[in-house]
Amino acid sequence: MNPAILEIGPLAIPVWAIVLGVGMISYLNSAAILVYAERRIAAFIQNRVGPNRVGPFGLLQPLADVLKLLLKEDVTPTHGYKKLHAIAPMIPVITALLSVAVIPFGAGLYVTDINAAVLYLLAVASLGVYGVTLAGWASNSKYSLLGGLRAAAQMISYELPMGMAVASVILMTGSLSLVDIAESQSMWWNFFVNPLGAVIFIICAFAESNRTPFDLVEAEQELVGGFHTEYSSMKFGMFFLAEYMHVFIGSILITTFFFGSYHLPFADLYIPADMNIWLKGILDVSVFTLKVCFWCFVFIWVRWTIPRFKYNQVMKLGWARLLPLSIINFMVIATIMYFTN
Amino acid sequence: MLDSYFPILILAGIAIVLALLLMTLSRILGPYRPNKHKLNPYESGMDPVGEARERYSISFYLVAMEFIVFDLEVVFIYPWAVRYLDLGLGTFISMMVFITILLIGLLYTLKKGTLDWDLKTNKI
Repeated sequence: MNPAILEIGPLAIPVWAIVLGVGMISYLNSAAILVYAERRIAAFIQNRVGPNRVGPFGLLQPLADVLKLLLKEDVTPTHGYKKLHAIAPMIPVITALLSVAVIPFGAGLYVTDINAAVLYLLAVASLGVYGVTLAGWASNSKYSLLGGLRAAAQMISYELPMGMAVASVILMTGSLSLVDIAESQSMWWNFFVNPLGAVIFIICAFAESNRTPFDLVEAEQELVGGFHTEYSSMKFGMFFLAEYMHVFIGSILITTFFFGSYHLPFADLYIPADMNIWLKGILDVSVFTLKVCFWCFVFIWVRWTIPRFKYNQVMKLGWARLLPLSIINFMVIATIMYFTN
Repeated sequence: MLDSYFPILILAGIAIVLALLLMTLSRILGPYRPNKHKLNPYESGMDPVGEARERYSISFYLVAMEFIVFDLEVVFIYPWAVRYLDLGLGTFISMMVFITILLIGLLYTLKKGTLDWDLKTNKI
């Protein structure tokens, strides 16, 4: 864990506890803020007004939504597996929260620096598939089952190019620790040296979050609600929460792996090394937050701009285009790196 | 070494408690008045026909099988990618050969149409 300790007067608080607390709260709030942001941006794109009644500018809308969901009736369909039906919505929320532990939010501002952080992140991300698939399986509804199967096939398909894109980042960093990956981008962002990998990773992050143009899993027009057709009340609310948390995590991962994490572009050239530690902390966290906000915006922007793919197109994009491309990208980068060092 | 995993344990605890809390809150606060038609699985307003867990397309199984092969490839690549500069030319060449073989395998399965979901051209 992070060895640094912050001393305020007589108090000595370990930095990892502070980052953990702040990170958890920002993760949970990000979902609420993103729901509001998504509805307002969608309204803007479609030339509507959007939610503007609850509180100033409709800012309290997410709170009202949560309250409404809590007060609804919780229904489990007949012949469904009751236990699986209850466990399924918890899995995506838990796995989404787990990824906060290894992400550096600024120089020295991380919870823990494990030497297999990338593997940990990929493992936690792939556990999220279980939630969606089990939900489809346990509901005993045909729409749910189709949605769950589609989710499983789609999410495992896009995990492969994503893993290869991350592997090409590791080639350049030589470490599986996210802190090292963030630190190695102080001069050149990985996007500048590996743009193809960045594009592949962004597309896969979109597919993993199961949103338009990859929302085959829900696809209202063909599957009613997809895997959550039979979910109501807060059980549905947790899938909803998890979806927005995955958007947030997707943005964080894009930022960390390819867009310089908490570094400004070419920061080595003009950021003095002996900067005041508090000033540096504030600068790092604000740069990181701004980048994450930008990518969250892109997620919403894409959702309301691009129509849904057909399922054969999704599979063709994943297996026949992105996977060979990412493998070739990896091989080319490995060859260049090997013979220039 | 292992104590760096301690915060993850705490985090997992908090996450599980939070998820359980949300579940029980809706159970306590919401009403519960079930009836036969409410508990029926949704099938566009009709009475459901048969069980939902029927046989489904073999393509889903094929995707899962292919996934295992290529996911193992990625797992093999990661440790090599961390230390490849120190491991010498022999390791580098054998890794490239390994990846090339798998790439050829992928192109072969694509050519065979195993991962083809297009109904017009699908041969399986």
